[in-house]
Amino acid sequence: MAENTIIRFEDVSKRYDEMEVLKSVSFDIERGKFYTLLGPSGCGKTTILNLIAGFTDATNGDILIDGKKVNDVPPNKRKVNTVFQDYALFPHMNVFENIAFGLRIKKMNQKTIEQKVSEALRMMRLEGYANRDISEMSGGQRQRVAIARALVNEPDVLLLDEPLSALDLKLRTEMQYELRELQQRLGITFIFVTHDQEEALAMSDEIFVMKEGEIVQSGTPVDIYDEPINRYVADFIGESNIVEGTMVEDYRVAFGGKVFECVDGGMRPNERVEVVVRPEDLILTSPGRGNLVVKIDTQLFRGVHYEIIGYDEEGNEWMVHSTRRAIVGEQVGLSFEPQDIHVMRFDETEEEFDARIETYTEEGERV
Amino acid sequence: MTKKPKVFLFVPYLLWLALFVIIPLFLILYQSFFDIHGQFTFGNIVEYFTSGTYLSMTLSSFFYAFLITLVTLVISYPAAYLLTRLKRKQLWMLLLILPTWINVLLKAYAFIGIFSQSGSVNDFLAFIGVGRQQILFTDASFLLVATYIEIPFMLLPIYNAIEEIHPSYVSASRDLGASQWETFRRVIFPLSLSGVRSGVQAVFIPSLSLFMLTRLIAGNRVITLGTAIEQHFLVTQNWGMGSTIGVVLIIIMVLIMLLTGERKKGAAK
Repeated sequence: MAENTIIRFEDVSKRYDEMEVLKSVSFDIERGKFYTLLGPSGCGKTTILNLIAGFTDATNGDILIDGKKVNDVPPNKRKVNTVFQDYALFPHMNVFENIAFGLRIKKMNQKTIEQKVSEALRMMRLEGYANRDISEMSGGQRQRVAIARALVNEPDVLLLDEPLSALDLKLRTEMQYELRELQQRLGITFIFVTHDQEEALAMSDEIFVMKEGEIVQSGTPVDIYDEPINRYVADFIGESNIVEGTMVEDYRVAFGGKVFECVDGGMRPNERVEVVVRPEDLILTSPGRGNLVVKIDTQLFRGVHYEIIGYDEEGNEWMVHSTRRAIVGEQVGLSFEPQDIHVMRFDETEEEFDARIETYTEEGERV
Repeated sequence: MTKKPKVFLFVPYLLWLALFVIIPLFLILYQSFFDIHGQFTFGNIVEYFTSGTYLSMTLSSFFYAFLITLVTLVISYPAAYLLTRLKRKQLWMLLLILPTWINVLLKAYAFIGIFSQSGSVNDFLAFIGVGRQQILFTDASFLLVATYIEIPFMLLPIYNAIEEIHPSYVSASRDLGASQWETFRRVIFPLSLSGVRSGVQAVFIPSLSLFMLTRLIAGNRVITLGTAIEQHFLVTQNWGMGSTIGVVLIIIMVLIMLLTGERKKGAAK
């Protein structure tokens, strides 16, 4: 085990009666990084969090924290703290006592407690709120109290269970910056659970994309965005155009009635594949200059860009994000570069995917 | 939507309230100012507060009500807590509430049968060689039966209060390093206090004026204000004095309600 590993899951599964919510999951979490578990509700991401915190027991497999097996260690004996989705701030205590809760349990003296709590309040920019009742705090402030209450215990790992989902959009974006900044300043491991791909991309060092109790793909936000392993990941992370095509040979893929140069390889000749092109990589141009010609079907103004939908002659749908307007009903060209094309095989596992990339990618080419 | 239909719906209850609560209250108050010969007087209230009999009766009412409440609480709180942790809690709750469906008088008579000289408890005591004891008409039997009757009224509000505590508070407490006992002491118990308060109200106040049990189970060895009222109305025919005791009892009840009532601030969620 690498020295930097703080949490390790070894073939951990979790079953509730008949329901298998986690299917033999293994992964390592390194110290000092920001991890995100991303997936739709019911994919098992919160179960992983509960297993780390100790609120549920694994049906099978081992969970290690700091090299020690913790399957039978109760939550109060784990050096892990949680920020709950509903914050779970104690309604019968004021802000100060909420934050001091963990310190009082540790029987610290009043002076140390006061010092640590006021430090935590300052860190979360909550000075002057110490004597407020929880019911007097806004959603964003409660969130900060919940984070302060967890961090004041100086955990090795901070678990965050969709803490931003109850906030409005503006506050949510603000908190994304704040959380990221906080994690980098403190240097402790954050494990963040969300179903919001934007949150995941914006904050994480590493994302685990989950589906039905399994980790489908893990990697940096850029890796996952640029090289999704399959249609599920491509669809879940950002907008994407996914069309069926054929891998003619290495670095040449056919779709939309034409053959294009690309940067993928390692498939069988003439294998059926799926091709992903992100809408922001498509550039509107004249029909003569484009790699593909599409007929514009609809156009929506999204503020930062126009969202344009067109169909090529094979009937594939193409979404384009463009700052320039298009005219509905007109034929336009779409131009893109070979590196904008990402080819995915059907039913490829993450190991196979990684192994294939190893074989055809030269050192350092993969970003 | 106008407000009219809503007011209309309230009329039957309002009538009920006026006829059987508000008017009787005033009648009692009115009655308390007349002596046994129908003369207007303040003598009743003066007598109440100067006579040793009434004051000691008040004290003993309080003492027994306090004991009954305490014992009920000590039994009900752990039971309510355990119930919330059980799998089939609704069923268990139903079973524990079931005795309230039976008339109090019937239950009292049942206990007479159980505790009497030839009752099942004494049969058992005789069988194991302890010999027959005087169980009925003792303070202990009074306390036991009163507690038995009051338990559901303490159990239910406490159970509801504990049930309402969101499980994430417990998780949060454990997460922050608290053991199960500390979680109970610092989170569950304080958050269930509203239920304890309602339970205490529901048990203490009626216990002040118990009178049937004092006769049937305690054999009039325990005399509470309730007994006194009954005696004045039915035996001595001194309605004025009976009403005065009633008025005092009502005032005490209101005071207790105010004292144990929910404090608005901070309780909101």
